[in-house]
Order: sequence, then C-alpha cells, then structure tokens
Amino acid sequence: MTTQLQGEAVGQQLQGAFPDAVTSWGDGDVRVQPDSIVDICRYLRDTPDLAMDYLSSITGVDYVESFEVVYHLTSLTHNHSVVLKTTLYGRDDVELPSVINVWKGADLQEREVWDLMGIGFTGHPNMKRILTWEGFPGHPLRKDHLGG
Amino acid sequence: MALPSESITINLGPQHPSTHGVFRIRVTLDGEVIQDIEPIFGYLHRGTEKLAEERTYTQIVTLTDRLDYTSSMINNQAYVMATEKLAGLEVPERAQYLRVLTAELQRVASHLMGIGFFLQDLGAMGTPLMYCFRERERILDLFEMICGARVTVSYMRPGGVTQEPPPEFWPALKELLSEFPHYIDELERLILENEIVVARTKGVGLLPRELAIDSSISGPNLRASGVAWDLRKADPYDVYGRMDFDIPVGSNGDSYDRFLVRVMEIHQSLRIVEQCVQQIPDGPIRSEVPYFFRPPPGDAYAHVEASKGELGFYLVSDGGIAPYRCKIRAPSFINLTALTEMLLGWKVADLMVIFGSLDVNMGEVDR
Amino acid sequence: MESSFDKNALFANLNDIFLDLLPESLSWMAYLGTGLTIILIMVNAVLMLTAFGTYMERRVLGRFQTRLGPNRVGPFGLLQPLADLLKLITKEDLRPESADKITFFLAPVLMVTSMLVVVAVVPFGKDSFLADLNIGVLYLVGIPTIATVSMFLGGWGSGNRFALLGAARAVAMLISYEVPMIVSLAGILILAGSMSLVDVVQAQQIPFILLQPIAFFVFLVSASAEMNRSPFDLMEAESELTAGFHTEFSGMRFGLLQLAEFGEVVVTSAILATLFLRGWENPFIPADWQQVLPPQLWLIGKMLFFMLIFTWIRATLPRMRIDQVMAFAWKVLFPLALINMFVTAALVVAWPDPTYTQLWIMVGVNWAVAIGCLTGYTLSRGRHRQKPTESVRLVQIPAEVN
Repeated sequence: MTTQLQGEAVGQQLQGAFPDAVTSWGDGDVRVQPDSIVDICRYLRDTPDLAMDYLSSITGVDYVESFEVVYHLTSLTHNHSVVLKTTLYGRDDVELPSVINVWKGADLQEREVWDLMGIGFTGHPNMKRILTWEGFPGHPLRKDHLGG
Repeated sequence: MALPSESITINLGPQHPSTHGVFRIRVTLDGEVIQDIEPIFGYLHRGTEKLAEERTYTQIVTLTDRLDYTSSMINNQAYVMATEKLAGLEVPERAQYLRVLTAELQRVASHLMGIGFFLQDLGAMGTPLMYCFRERERILDLFEMICGARVTVSYMRPGGVTQEPPPEFWPALKELLSEFPHYIDELERLILENEIVVARTKGVGLLPRELAIDSSISGPNLRASGVAWDLRKADPYDVYGRMDFDIPVGSNGDSYDRFLVRVMEIHQSLRIVEQCVQQIPDGPIRSEVPYFFRPPPGDAYAHVEASKGELGFYLVSDGGIAPYRCKIRAPSFINLTALTEMLLGWKVADLMVIFGSLDVNMGEVDR
Repeated sequence: MESSFDKNALFANLNDIFLDLLPESLSWMAYLGTGLTIILIMVNAVLMLTAFGTYMERRVLGRFQTRLGPNRVGPFGLLQPLADLLKLITKEDLRPESADKITFFLAPVLMVTSMLVVVAVVPFGKDSFLADLNIGVLYLVGIPTIATVSMFLGGWGSGNRFALLGAARAVAMLISYEVPMIVSLAGILILAGSMSLVDVVQAQQIPFILLQPIAFFVFLVSASAEMNRSPFDLMEAESELTAGFHTEFSGMRFGLLQLAEFGEVVVTSAILATLFLRGWENPFIPADWQQVLPPQLWLIGKMLFFMLIFTWIRATLPRMRIDQVMAFAWKVLFPLALINMFVTAALVVAWPDPTYTQLWIMVGVNWAVAIGCLTGYTLSRGRHRQKPTESVRLVQIPAEVN
C-alpha cells in the first residue's frame, strides 16, 4: 500500500530546509511558494528518507482568482507519495519555474499545462503548444475561455 | 573519402500505416539513420477534460471509455475510484470483484492488441495480428454479454457496477479460461523465439532504468526496464490485495523485453480472473448512489495500473454535480517522454518497432 | 536459329498453318505471324496465371490468418482479380507535380516488360518454348535486373521521400542478392553442362532439388528478395515507408506495378520449377509417370506449388532490417553458394560422366554438406546467445491481505 505521507511531517521537514518557502499544509499536501519550487523538488528527490524519484503528474487548476499547480510525487524506493501545491496569482503571463531538470517526466506535462491552462514554465527548453495548434486562441481549460 | 551528403526530413503520419492512430513524427534522417525527431501531438484532441467539467459525475464514465479505447474497463475503474474517493462512497465487495475481473479481461484484450500491432509493425503481414484479434474477440463477446457493449463499455458507476452478469456469462468465462492458455501458448510458440523477431527487437530501443524512472514511464514499459513497480501490488485497490499473482520484470529495457513483459502479463491476468471466479461473493453490485450527487468541496487523486501504465484521475469538486476540474494522468502520453532518447541513432525501420513496443494509444495521448 | 526452329514443334506446326493460309508471295509473313501468335498466347497465359495467383495468394493468406479472403465476386470469389482490374482502370491516374514525367511513366512499363520477357526462355514442353537461348540461364538472371532499374526510376521519379528511401533500399538490396543467386546457379550449370534451359531440364535424371539442396535454398531466398516479398519487402515496407517506391502511383500505373510484382512470383515459380523440379517433366523418379499429365500441366502444377510456398513464407515471417538483410546476403548466402559450387565441381571432376548410382551418391554428399552447413550455422549462432526469453523474470510479491 502506497503510504500517503502526512502533509504536516513533510511540511515541517521542508520548513526546516527552506524557512520561507512553505506556506501551509493539509492532510496529504504541502503548499509552497512558486519561486522555490525547483529547490524544493530537488530537495524532495535527493533527501534519502523522502526520495521522491517519480513525478506522477502535474496538474493546473484554474480557481479564477488564482491558478493552482499540483504535483503528485511518488517514491518508488519507499513506496510513499506526497502532493505539492503552489498558487499563482494573475491572469496573463502567469509563470512558474520548470522542474524539467529535476524530473525529465515534466517535459510533456508542463507543455500540456501551458497549452491548456496558460501557465508558462520558465526554463523549459521547448515551451510550445502540444495538444492544440500554434495560433489557437486562448487556453481552453481556463474557466473564462471563449467567454466562459 | 567522405562523399558529401545531406540529411532528409520525412513526415511519418499523421496518417501513416503504423502510427497506431493519428500521430505524427517529423524525422530527420541521415541515410537510414535517425538524427533527430520531433513528435507532434494533438490530432485526436477532443477536450475530454473540458467536457468533463460540463458533465455530471455519472455521465463522465462514458467519456472515459473513449480515452484508451482498447481498455475502457480500466479507464472506467480509475475514474469511478477517484469519484468514490472524492465523495466517500462505499463499494460492495461483489462489485469490487466484478471490477477486477473485467479489468483483467480488458488488460488481456489490450495486451493482445499491443502485441499484435507490435508484430504488425515488425512486418509480419497480419498473421499474428489476426491470431491476437481472434482471442480478443472472445473477450469482447464476454463484455457484450455483461453490459451490451464491446468496446465502449461504460460498465462501472460510482459506487459499483451497472449490471449483474447474466447466468450464461459464468460458463462462457470458464470455457474461455480453460481454452485461453492454449491459445497464448500457440502464439508464444509462433513468435517468442522467432529468429527475425529476436534479431529485430533484442537490444533495440533501450530504455535504461534510471531514464525510465526519471521520465515518469509507467506500466509494462517501466517493468521491462527492470523496475518491479505495479500499482496492483504497490498500491492495491479494489480486491487486488487478495489476489495471488507475479510481476514480470525485464532486465534489458529493450523492445523485446517490453513485448515479452506483455505476453507474460497475460498469463498473470488470467490467474487473477480465475481467482476472482473462485472467490466472488454474493451480494449487491452497487451501493445506493443517487444519479446526481454532490461530493464535498476538495480534491482527490486515484490511480490504477491500466494496461498502458499508471492511469490517474485528479478530481476537484466545488460541491456541485459536476467536477470543477478533471485531470487525466494518461500513461500513453507520458510514456512518450523518452521517445527521442530511445530513437536517436537507430534506423528508420527501428522507429516503428520502438514506437510499437511502447504500445501507446492515441485516444489517450491526445485526450 | 534454324535448328532450334526445326525441333520446336509448336513453332513448326503453327508455321505450317500460316503457310497454308497465306498466298505464296506473302510466305515470309508466316514466320512473323507465328511468332506474334505465340507471344500473344504466352503473354495472356502468364497474365491469367498472375490473376489467378493474386486470387490464390489472398485466399491462402486468408486461411493462414483465420479469415476468409475474397469470396464475394463470382463463384468462390474467383472473379475478384477482374473486379480489382476494373476498379484500378476506372480510377483517376494521378501524377504528383514534383514527379518527373518520363521516369514516372517508364517505371511501371519497364517493370511489367521485364517480368514478361523472362517467360521467353522458359520451356513448357519438350518441343514448345518461345526461344531456346544457349545463354538461357544468364538471360534469366540478367533480365529481371531491369526491374531494379525501374524501381529506382519510379522511386526517384515520383519526387517523394518515402519513395526515394524505398528505391535506395531496392537498389542496395537487389544488387547484393544478384550475387548469391548467380553463384548458386553455377552448380546447376556444372551438372547440366549447358546454359540452355531445355538442356538443364533434360539433364535432370534426378531433380536438381535433390542434387543441389543448397543451391535450391539460396536461390529460393535470393529470389524472394528479388521479388521483394516478405521477409525482404523492405523497399515497400508498409509499416515504415507507407508503400516504398510505389507510394505515389495510382490507378492503372499502380495496377501495373502490382501486376509486375505478382507476375514475378509466377515467373520465378516457373524458373524454380524448370531449374530444380525437372520443368515440364514429372517431378518423380519413375520415368513412366510422364504420361499421366501433359507437360504444360506438369509445369503449371509445379508453379502453383512454388507460389504456395512463397505465400506461406509471406504469411509467416516478419520483415528484416536493411543491415540484417545485407549481412544475410553476404555472410550467409554467398558463402553457402560458394561451398555448393566447389563441392559440385569436385564431384563432377570425380565423376565427369556419372552413372545413375553415382548420381545418388552425389545426392548423399550434397545433402550431407547442406545439413553440415545448417548445423554449423545454428551452433555458431547459439554460442553467442542465451535463450531470448530469459531476459524477463517473474518477481513474486506476496499478496497484502486487507
């Protein structure tokens, strides 16, 4: 059974390493600042007792007043998982550092989030649309797409 | 003396005999050797995630059929599990067994298709493909018996499954179980040690263990690279925890291993089906769930081991009758992450072998 | 020329008929009329056989693949080739703008011609053949090479990159396979002592398939490569190159290419029957079985047998990769053909004029060599490799009871 790590435990551990980066935590998730996402991800991957070596998925959610990007992380070594969340404000030019250098698996998923949700990832080598075509108007999964 | 030469760029797809759907790869070739590739997605994009925001939780089941249309049952299962997690629904034990049973039959059907098309890509003129389809047909007949549809089954619902299998289903299933190992053995004798198959696939399209994990590859492709990771064992859902089965794990991570892992998984799936038939208890097949229900605000992520890999649904509820956001973690899509690394330096003839050995389904890649 | 004309009963009889019909002053036309009539009959016979060959191939493939195959048009679907022909003729004939007009036009024509012309030297009865060339065997291996040229013309001329890749593969592969093919025929020529196909047939006291097993194997494999059939169908490799060199051809041009392709199967079967299975004579040892069937039917029966074998191979084997195909030609087939040539030559030096018993000893020696080569090759392959299926193992993880 994959253990869902307690958000509190992971959050406190992260807070110890990055004092300003962690904003809050819930049952199984930790909410962090968008700027420090790459450092936190690298820490989660490289710390032996966490060893989050597998990026299950990256999701963008549009809460209209803000965007949320959700990272589902799994450790194949310890068979446990944690959810990382970060909130982005604004509607245009929303950007977040790319974690492609931490997990290569972020490649296509970040492109998908950019294409459908309009959240850009800085540092991604090939930040192009993937499921829709270049020149597609807007980002279809936004709640206000085509007037909502 | 080196003769001056220039590379040529060719377009494979979107409508190409062996792209398993509408997928396009722009390949730069130096003679026959692949120098660079650029995969181009999206020809089958139907906006499933957006559509899901406009459907009730029950209606979305029909959308999931059309993701990986070769393994609809497993898609149903992943989706209803996420819904149940979100809404806190109970599932009767008999329904859980029926889910596992149909999902494993579906896995066999899907793997048969994957193997068949892989051999078709090797140029085997359709004979192995037709053999695989002959067996798959019998499984689809069972599905027709159980829910009236063969491919887009929509058999599962939040809280259970739609229908009790008819009485004639069980004898038909037992007959299938007694005959199937014989069919698979026949297929194995035909192809597993075929000199040309081995020469074409051994060592071709290597996916090293580290790259596989780093690129979030999942399913048989990950196991062929030597990682014993199967969500049915690592994170047992429904009644998989009670099932006795083994995980085939490859050692080289080449096309042959990926192909062989699928062949061996068919045997294991049949084992699970047999155990389901023995253990299945009597009882209701669905808990009382209203047609419209409102899960409490929050989010839930549920994943299953689909035939192509880890299929996950991430649902966000705002308390309404439809999900606020429905994200699909599509294994076929993410399995293509390492495609470039796997293809560079191989010949154009190997491209189709490697791509075929990944066994992706375009309905799921483009969603 | 005159001598072969005399002993050719077919020619002589028809020529008499024409001489009777024509006035004295036009008797020179009799020769022309005879030739044209026979060519007309031959070409039609080959085309009919080809049409039947496509039908047979599709039906047999259907059997292999647990399906029915064509069975709607006419009794048992026998008229299917006709329906296909009508469909192809009525289709629009498209030529891409980037295509070269002349080569695009020439490719199908050359291909069909080269296929049909080969039939000229195949004897289908003791005294019935179009031409008994004294270099018949050379003609056999030389003329089909024109098909390679036409493939390249078609592939290059259609201005399509798939076609170009297919054409490049075709040239590289076909030229490689010419070599073992010709060398494998050397053994037969040594035994027959002549290059005329009529002499080759008559020299077969024992069918050469028994006397020359290695040559037969090498020729069969090289011939299926020459015909670009599975497992050597790289140049049209459906799953890789769409359709290879004939990607851009449509309508009857495509029809002609397909015709040439299936026609080559018919022609190659005829050649195989002639070279290895006694041609028009009965393939069995007792000579008095000769009278059971007319010679033409014996030949057609053997052709159908070889066509069936080609279909069987096509239904069974996956395709090889270009480098593997080339390696197979140069590292396996070519040495085999050389071994065969030397062994045969040595045997003929030992018994320049073999009796019936000595021929059977030759059969024994040649089969021993063939089996030795096969065993040696298998052992050398097996030494390098473990059983392929060992790379995947089953990992047992105990069930968690919840």
